[in-house]
Amino acid sequence: MPVKGFQRHPYIPNSVPAVETEMLRELGLRSLEELHEEVPDEIVLKRPMALPEAFGSEYELRRHVEGLLRRNRSCADNLCFLGAGCYQHYVPAICDEINGKGEFLTAYGGESYNDFGRFQALFEFESLMAELVDMEVVNVPTMDYAQAAATAIRMGCRVAGRRGVLVPASMDREKLAVIRNYCTPDLELREVAFDKTTGCMDLADLRAKLSGDTGVVYLENPVYFGMFERNAREIAEAAHSAGAQCVVGVDPITLGVVAPPRAYGADIVCGDVQPLGIHMNYGGGQSGFMATMDDPKYVLEFPSRLFGICCTETPGEYAFADVAYDRTSFGHLRDQAKEYVGTQTALWGITAGVYLATMGPEGMRQVGETILQNAQYAAQKLAALPGVSLRFDTPFFEEFVLDFGGTGKTVAEINRALLARGIFGGLDLSNVFPALNGCAMYCVTEVHTKEDIDTLIHALREILQEGAE
Amino acid sequence: MKKIDRSAKVRTGFHQAKWDEPVIFELSQPGERGVLVNRAHPEVAAAVPGLDAIPAFLRRAEAPALPEISQPRVLRHYARLAQETLGADVNIEIGQGTCTVKYSPKVNDQLANLPQMREMHPLQDESTCQGIMEIMYRTGEYMCEISGMDRFTFQPGGGSQGILAMASLVYSYFKARGEEAQRNEIITTIYSHPSDAAAPHVKGFKIVYLHPDADGYPDYEALKAAVSERTAAFFVANPEDTGVYNKNVLQFTRLVHEAGGLCAYDQANANGLLGVTRAREAGFDMCFFNLHKTFSTPHGCGGPACGAVGCTAALEAFLPAPLIRFDGTTYRYDYGNAANPNGIGKIREFNGVAPVILKAYAWIRSLGPEGLYQVAKTAVLNNNYLFKKLMELPCVDAPYIPGRQRVEQCRYTLETLYRETGVGTADVQRRMMDFGLHYWTSHHPYYVPEPMTLEPTETPSKADIDEYIETLKYVFDEAYRDPDKFKHAPYQSVCHRLDESNMDDPDQWAVTWRCYLKKFR
Repeated sequence: MPVKGFQRHPYIPNSVPAVETEMLRELGLRSLEELHEEVPDEIVLKRPMALPEAFGSEYELRRHVEGLLRRNRSCADNLCFLGAGCYQHYVPAICDEINGKGEFLTAYGGESYNDFGRFQALFEFESLMAELVDMEVVNVPTMDYAQAAATAIRMGCRVAGRRGVLVPASMDREKLAVIRNYCTPDLELREVAFDKTTGCMDLADLRAKLSGDTGVVYLENPVYFGMFERNAREIAEAAHSAGAQCVVGVDPITLGVVAPPRAYGADIVCGDVQPLGIHMNYGGGQSGFMATMDDPKYVLEFPSRLFGICCTETPGEYAFADVAYDRTSFGHLRDQAKEYVGTQTALWGITAGVYLATMGPEGMRQVGETILQNAQYAAQKLAALPGVSLRFDTPFFEEFVLDFGGTGKTVAEINRALLARGIFGGLDLSNVFPALNGCAMYCVTEVHTKEDIDTLIHALREILQEGAE
Repeated sequence: MKKIDRSAKVRTGFHQAKWDEPVIFELSQPGERGVLVNRAHPEVAAAVPGLDAIPAFLRRAEAPALPEISQPRVLRHYARLAQETLGADVNIEIGQGTCTVKYSPKVNDQLANLPQMREMHPLQDESTCQGIMEIMYRTGEYMCEISGMDRFTFQPGGGSQGILAMASLVYSYFKARGEEAQRNEIITTIYSHPSDAAAPHVKGFKIVYLHPDADGYPDYEALKAAVSERTAAFFVANPEDTGVYNKNVLQFTRLVHEAGGLCAYDQANANGLLGVTRAREAGFDMCFFNLHKTFSTPHGCGGPACGAVGCTAALEAFLPAPLIRFDGTTYRYDYGNAANPNGIGKIREFNGVAPVILKAYAWIRSLGPEGLYQVAKTAVLNNNYLFKKLMELPCVDAPYIPGRQRVEQCRYTLETLYRETGVGTADVQRRMMDFGLHYWTSHHPYYVPEPMTLEPTETPSKADIDEYIETLKYVFDEAYRDPDKFKHAPYQSVCHRLDESNMDDPDQWAVTWRCYLKKFR
């Protein structure tokens, strides 16, 4: 079967036959087949690709994709209590308005001149995040929390000149897998146990594992299980006294009310900006950041773009450009640069900047307080259900682990019953952490009204009673 | 009123939007608010400790010094910054060689913004995600057909992370054979993307570079000398950034295989090859496509994006988990690979950048096999048309295979222009901004002197390409006529010529506003 083209496709102006012929003639060619003369015949595909035919109209395409998406059940139409790294928060309308602007949506690698706004918006993202995390240098965002943590760990090990890394055994298994892949074979990761009562890092195990080879101690606050790391200061002190760097992973939406990690000894801070005005997007809204103080010892270890402010030839005018560009693999050093850089998640950085500028200090305080109140209320009520208890006794931010062990039902059974009622129950931790069989992690934020939480409580009470009957 | 002369081909009257907009902190007015935040129900607030539950040492002592700005002012600020950004929606995007900046259809953006996409949590029960899982599964099948590979993962969030994933596959493959310590070299070329060297280095590989031969192909004799029992893999683009297609590619992949190494294809430059030739037939074991380039999803100022990685069946067990399986009625996640002790495990959190995959799916479905083939043919036609017209100019040249076709892009040299006028590629770049046109030089270091790298893709019209050519001609003519004009260009862009003298000086660089205030106020 001969391979055919697609004349007059709306996305391909020069597929108009008359234009195509004129351009071919300009090249001394008669047909499109005479192009690709450099591709040897033995590897030319001589059949049409086995792909579905194009839709006949934009309308048909839209109907088709809408039909597929209708098979999804979204958190807009159901009550969602899942967190675990991706969070449902309210996205102010202005965030979508800005990141939907075609100029931002379709820009890419322009210069400071023609992409001035992109540079400024990302410089402002860095600057707004620096205020929130109380650091001086923040990067143009990387992939996600896991990548940010992996890079922060590598940065810390380069600063320390060592290759040992201690990470909490409580951390997200998938995040750990990303870090492990990114740090192997150069670094050696070991896990530090968590206290089975508090969920926080086990200090005795930390002290036992710290050594002269430890380059980085990584901790999270909140801990993956949701609680505040009550040992954060002691962990940082222990790291520093062993000559290691302290890297802290943080959820930035906590920081309107929670102390920034530098206050308890962080050298490098990392995290994900998805909570800051970015929809969940089935995990496509993740966007990582790293932050340090303005010390070249740290700044020169960033692999990411760092947009800085500069002067122009015109007095009173400012502009933006890359700081210490040759750090990056875009510079002259290639494999000898700091890790690598490339397309990551810039549009989400711009969006997080819009969010922080819109929320301001009061908005960040209020959202933090509201989340705490709603989550505490939910936890209190849920733990009062028969057979249900809070697994850990440490204060938490928006996530908490419920132990359903006393209910006679598995988390999977409970979640199936919740799903039938339009509720996405907490993440099942059974089979993920051996110590947490029968436990689920719930997430409650400012988007959950009292009615939403009461609906969950009512549903769970019913479901648990069904078993008792 | 009289007849208006519209014969000019160059936009000499252009001026980009310039707002002299303050840095956002300068807009702060204490007391202003941008949005009202949802608060806890009074009964909820009364029933719980709230902030008092935070351990004392973890309470924030001082509020973050974020600006306080009303909503209309925040909106206006960012709307102005958007206007000061020359995205592909407003620019004839021919000047960004190697990056395939093409038209991103609006219908695809709208579909990705539907709540059934945007408001989806990645850990929802599979039964509630069948729509997006079907889109991801089918897109994977399309990628297999387009490349000849057997299985794809969409986890990598960009091309460079795709390269990291390929390097991780190589590492896994040799680890499973107990050879990871011995097979520690990756061979790449100077005209492949810098990340083909930088990302594998993160996985602990030593990098060996091949330089081009007289035709611009990677030097085969150098490859022969480079391969050994230490060779883990060959990472290469084809065409490379020069737009030259290495017609001997099969010889290269055979030689590497004979030495026991794997072959990884950087297909960031695939736009000119869709339906024409595939990774499998060229002898590759794995490849990646940038969905945000070849498959039209918007670049978003540099992500969110996707570097989809495909491999042969022999490598599938090492791919990051989960993979999607389909039993004829239901799509489900298969986490089996997570248990492979030699496998990658995970490259990115969750299951890839789903809205980007959705947009790529919609794009493929709007073109079909004939449309994708047309994309490749028109992209190559456009490029060779541009190439022919530019090579007619005495001050433009392009190294390698004179008189023969390029694929979808070309790296030119303005060495003659520079020698004769003192105006170099960086000057031309700045001057092109004055006509609303983006222009790119090259990755570093500049192996081609005074480089200019252009890639028209399939989405500009002939008139657009002619405008770009006419504008370049105008600028080159001006270089001979008035070279001093370039010293202070641009004149009609958003800002004037930068003074970047502080950018490498720790005492003067300022990555944030607070650093700037600390150093200069």
